[in-house]
Amino acid sequence: MSNENLVHVTIDGCEVCAPAGETILHAALRANIQIPRLCALGNDAGVGMCRVCVVEVKGQDALVTACNTPVAEGMEISTHGERVEASRRMSLSLILAEHGLNSTNYCFSCRKNGDCQLQAVCNALGVTEPAYPIPAQDKPHRDSNPFLEFDPNLCIRCQRCVVACNERACNHTLHTAKRGARLTIEAPFGPDWDTTGCESCGCCAAACPTGALIEKRRATYRSWEVEPTLTTCPHCGVGCQLELLVKDNRVVDTRAYHGASNKGLLCVKGRSASFDFVRSGDRLTTPLIKNHDTGEFEPASWDDALDLVARRFTELREEYGGEALAAFACSRSTDEDIYMLEKMARTAFHTNNVDNCARV
Amino acid sequence: MSMLAFNSGVYAGGQLDDLAERMQRRAQTTPPGMCPVTLALAALEQSAEQTCGKCVPCREGLPLLAQKVRAIAECRATERDFQETLQLAHVIADASDCAIGWQAARDFLYSTEAYAAEYASHIDRHACLPGTGQSVPCETECPAHVNVPGYIALAAQGDLAGTIAMIRKDNPFPTACGYVCEHPCEAHCRRRLIDAPINIRGIKKYAVDGVAADTVPTPEALPASGRSVAVVGAGPSGLTAAYFLALMGHHVDVFEARKQLGGMMRYGIPAYRFPREKLDQDIRAILGAGDIDVHCEAPVDAARMAELSAGHDAVYVAVGAQGGKMLDLPGADAEGVMSAVDLLTRIGDGDYPDFTGKRVVVIGGGNVAMDCARTSVRAGAASVQVAYRRRIDDMTALRTEIDSAMQEGVEILMLQSPERIEVDEAGHCTALVTQPQFIGAVKRGRPAPQKASKPPLRIPADVVLIAVGQAIESAPFEEAGMEADRARFIATPQLKAAGSLPNVFVGGDCQLGPKTVILAVGAGKVAARNIDEFMGYHHTLNIDVEAPSPRPNDRQAYGRVEVHERLPHERRCDFEGVELGMSEEEALQECGRCLRCDHYGSGAMLGGRKQYV
Repeated sequence: MSNENLVHVTIDGCEVCAPAGETILHAALRANIQIPRLCALGNDAGVGMCRVCVVEVKGQDALVTACNTPVAEGMEISTHGERVEASRRMSLSLILAEHGLNSTNYCFSCRKNGDCQLQAVCNALGVTEPAYPIPAQDKPHRDSNPFLEFDPNLCIRCQRCVVACNERACNHTLHTAKRGARLTIEAPFGPDWDTTGCESCGCCAAACPTGALIEKRRATYRSWEVEPTLTTCPHCGVGCQLELLVKDNRVVDTRAYHGASNKGLLCVKGRSASFDFVRSGDRLTTPLIKNHDTGEFEPASWDDALDLVARRFTELREEYGGEALAAFACSRSTDEDIYMLEKMARTAFHTNNVDNCARV
Repeated sequence: MSMLAFNSGVYAGGQLDDLAERMQRRAQTTPPGMCPVTLALAALEQSAEQTCGKCVPCREGLPLLAQKVRAIAECRATERDFQETLQLAHVIADASDCAIGWQAARDFLYSTEAYAAEYASHIDRHACLPGTGQSVPCETECPAHVNVPGYIALAAQGDLAGTIAMIRKDNPFPTACGYVCEHPCEAHCRRRLIDAPINIRGIKKYAVDGVAADTVPTPEALPASGRSVAVVGAGPSGLTAAYFLALMGHHVDVFEARKQLGGMMRYGIPAYRFPREKLDQDIRAILGAGDIDVHCEAPVDAARMAELSAGHDAVYVAVGAQGGKMLDLPGADAEGVMSAVDLLTRIGDGDYPDFTGKRVVVIGGGNVAMDCARTSVRAGAASVQVAYRRRIDDMTALRTEIDSAMQEGVEILMLQSPERIEVDEAGHCTALVTQPQFIGAVKRGRPAPQKASKPPLRIPADVVLIAVGQAIESAPFEEAGMEADRARFIATPQLKAAGSLPNVFVGGDCQLGPKTVILAVGAGKVAARNIDEFMGYHHTLNIDVEAPSPRPNDRQAYGRVEVHERLPHERRCDFEGVELGMSEEEALQECGRCLRCDHYGSGAMLGGRKQYV
């Protein structure tokens, strides 16, 4: 941090030095001060919908939201106290009142139970009831998409999914509609899901703080049943970081990880199509060589298989020249493997015809 | 290719202004007497509809707040509910992102403070405060509760004498009010829902211009009661009391310190706004109503006041607020500096000043300041400037008075706070020096001026007129036993004067502070009624006039007919009346717009009208 762009603020009595323009929320994190929040997503300034992150700034008439208020030189910030906490609790109880608890039998059947940020923040702040008795909600689910489903009854309209789809994934398929008090989230998972631009990347579901917008896979596990293993997505060359979630020695889901190249995002392949084959019955466990007499593939040793391939390629090269050959690497290979394939094509096949399908 | 459309967006660029303007007129037409809790509720429900839906306190909080306030409005809420409602409102005010949310909550919280008694009544008594309820707007808002729909209907029939008689049922100054009333009756005129308030004062002026008030007989006075009442001060309040007391059959002695009757209508309001012969028509009619003895140039001191109290069955003190307030400015005692009241008082007795060639500066922003400025123009001043420490929009003068003054060549120097008056060796003022101001934060309901970082302004002046308010001269009456506080006499709501004198009533400017003719008239009428009761009577006055049957409402929207003034370059040269009045066709169109709220709507219900007689 260069000194000229630093501002000095006091947060709960701690002096904090933060770059100008940084939000109060992130400046507080520098001092290990956690401010409860719901709608803030990642490192960007939030839209400030939930008002759970309100803090008191000395000299200001009203409370301010930590997630989108930049720090200014000399600010004296208090992140707790009766006024702040009463306001947070009131906002949370209002949010709870629009969270159709009847839809999940009061969290019992919610697939996010235990992994729900609304639940966590309410528990942390001691909010156990909605602000007013709420009538049962029975809006129809949108669940035609094979990967994703949306229960509008649980939606608290925080718009994290909107930010995730439009500003992060840049797919622009998930929007708000009916502005005002009747504002709703238009998740494109209805019967016409396959005619929308939605790629089912699931960034919206990953952003949802409740069980409103979820991956259908969630039905197979509870958050406390899985162990994460950090890995690199095998699907293409981008190198997205993700965690494979393992339950009973089976990969049941993925979770995006903040990697250098993916910044917490994943595509539909990385999130939903990179692990089911692990336990597939169709999976090859040994090389196969076709028996020309029977037309059937028969198991073979690696030596036999590689000898066969080497011999046939050599024959083709001798007969037609290297230009008749090409090497095409699978995008799911590692960089090192692809490099070796390219090297082999140039030195052994005598061809520069090399390519790769890493264009997803 | 993705081309841009050249527009402001859906329902933007003023597209909703038509609906908003209708809603605004609806709000401005809020019927008098409406419960403030229901008004706060309506505002909240509207605010809840204005939310964009982003933030929780506004999107979720405002509808819930409205729901809770509805419970209060419907008298279903307990004290605990009320406290929870306040808590919710405080959070919305504190945690909403934009003013759509937080100002809605602040407005509600304001209502709970400004109308705390009404909220308490809803919670504790499960009812509105006694007296809450809609009533005919014009009649209610008129301090004398004149039957406005009635006289407009008479004027519409061409019965101008009937019009005057109907006005006079509640107000013996139809001419004065036709010329100079500030017409509070128009403020909530229901006609605004359709187009604009009826020009009620204009119609009244049309009537009194068409038929002189003193040619319309007053009702026959009731038989003599043998009681006598003294009225101190012959302004609008005193003469109104005298009129009604005389009609009730009482003997009235009116004591007036000045040479002539009329009070501020003669010694305050310039003749170009209210020609003296027109004032005299009202006064002649009043004095002819019954047994009234007038004693002019008869100032009342403490001893005389004690005598009046002892020698009459009751006394009504209505001495007005005739003392001119002065500013404590260096040089304020120089020759050429005078108070507005002094100037206008001299004019009242026909002593017109000659300002030929002089540069006149008026200090103040009220109607009296405009009266002084326009009088100075007519007195031949070379230039007339008004120095005021706030902006034109903040002036208490009627906008029409300001505009008329400016048309006559008066210059308004706004945001100039008087600092001192420059005086030459002969002791005559030469200039007013002001400190420029800038308009700042609103304090006590008005934007307050603050000293600007600008050099003082020197305004050359041969005459400086100070029009910054009036005071009452209460000393003799306090000495006689009446009580006053901060230059106003203290009285019960029934206008019974506080103090040791047992039979004294007090009203008008001396009890309210400097206000309007119609407020003084209203007080005089209440005083007369209560003095009658105090003396043990309950007289019912003869009323010789009835409101005609209503016609169906005309729902066509019209423009409002305004009363115009003579051309500025003509009217600025004389003291003749400036207003031209309505033509017959204008008056009839204006009368035809009346919605007859005395018949249609709440006026037809028991308790739907506000009347004294």
